[in-house]
Amino acid sequence: MPISIKTPLTRDAARKLKSGDSCLISGVIYTARDAAHKRLCELVEQGKELPLDVKDSVIYFVGPTPARPGEAIGSAGPTTSYRMDAYSPTMIAQGQTGMIGKGKRNDEVIAAMKEHGAVYFGAIGGCGALLSKCIKKAEVIAYDDLGAEAIRRLEVEDFPVVVIIDSEGNNLYETGRKAYLERG
Amino acid sequence: MLREISAQRITETVKHLCIEANCFLPQDMKDRIQESFEAEPWPQAREILERIIENYQIADETARPICQDTGMACVFVTVGQEVHIDGDLTEAIHEGVRQGYTEGFLRKSVVRDPLDRVNTGDNTPAMIYYDIVPGDKVEITVAPKGFGSENMSQVKMLKPSDGLQGVKDFILKVVEDAGPNPCPPIVVGVGVGGTFDKAAFMAKKALMRSSDARHPEPFWAQLEAEMLEKINQLGIGPQGFGGKTTALCVNIEKCPTHIAGLPIAVNINCHVTRHKTEVL
Repeated sequence: MPISIKTPLTRDAARKLKSGDSCLISGVIYTARDAAHKRLCELVEQGKELPLDVKDSVIYFVGPTPARPGEAIGSAGPTTSYRMDAYSPTMIAQGQTGMIGKGKRNDEVIAAMKEHGAVYFGAIGGCGALLSKCIKKAEVIAYDDLGAEAIRRLEVEDFPVVVIIDSEGNNLYETGRKAYLERG
Repeated sequence: MLREISAQRITETVKHLCIEANCFLPQDMKDRIQESFEAEPWPQAREILERIIENYQIADETARPICQDTGMACVFVTVGQEVHIDGDLTEAIHEGVRQGYTEGFLRKSVVRDPLDRVNTGDNTPAMIYYDIVPGDKVEITVAPKGFGSENMSQVKMLKPSDGLQGVKDFILKVVEDAGPNPCPPIVVGVGVGGTFDKAAFMAKKALMRSSDARHPEPFWAQLEAEMLEKINQLGIGPQGFGGKTTALCVNIEKCPTHIAGLPIAVNINCHVTRHKTEVL
């Protein structure tokens, strides 16, 4: 049975999640990818206020297609996360507890996740049409000039993810592959 | 007598090819995904393949993009020598991409400069490749290329002494390095021979070939089959969570090369390997 998660995701709640857990996320999450992360980290460096409430936040690495009339959002699957590796430790130190993406993360990100209590969720890459059905509302809250890369506030219902890396550093990419190769 | 084709017609064609390629997965890819689902022994991997099938079915039914990365528009144009285009062909293609990505609600993913990174706002310019051939037809293929997989591609100048083993090892290395990043199950395009740039171009062209067709030469067809089997023994699996289905197909193109060289390029594509062709 998948675990239901309601955002905001506290550090205590994040620490309870284990690699391999299937989860359904409901509530508010934020979108940000390369360009938005760069700007956010520049603001942190300058000691300025961020355009979103980072504490206990879940950030989805996604640049959706434009919404058609009458729809909340276009296709919206995850982008590859390693491009955010340069920025995620800063964001986690600011209070972010969840990341949704796909693909590997580096040691610095995993160290920050362990230190502060954060999890890395995976959504199915290349399933943007399917995942968009769980997004009920989308609103640009910062960096409109970035187009698809603007920061959006999303309201999601039962958004399906799997915990890839948990706050202890356990990694489904390693354990899942090993389990398959060692199957009886 | 030259056959006249208007630039306007080129624009219209490119426009609808952009939209259709992004929303409707080619039948051969659907067949490969379905076969992989049936052959996949690992339950978690089967679940993911089921979601992938559900995703392209939703895209089909609602005519929405299969993936949010609607790609850089790679456009392959074969122009017959007996055709005269009334107008600016290259600009007509860019205009088709501009209209297709805007009117089709596709994502604009192109920046004007690799370092200043300002979005052009209409997904232009397209990456256009021309080929001049005998005849009076124009064939246009639009292949939107996502960058999650493009970023996992590699080129290497092997030595002639590296030979067949070097080719096999490099293909496996690229797939292993990519791991979960390019949204497996993947399609692997390989170019062997030519020059540095030609190898990369052949690798991209290899991704356009239908997965129903093997290389016409038995030696290379056999190598494609062998590499697919080897890749699917790596255990990476759908999304990298473990399983048999790491790749759906391996397509190799090759051509003559220099006595001193053995260039190889591996262009990775995801399970959303999209392309659509029209002949005018």
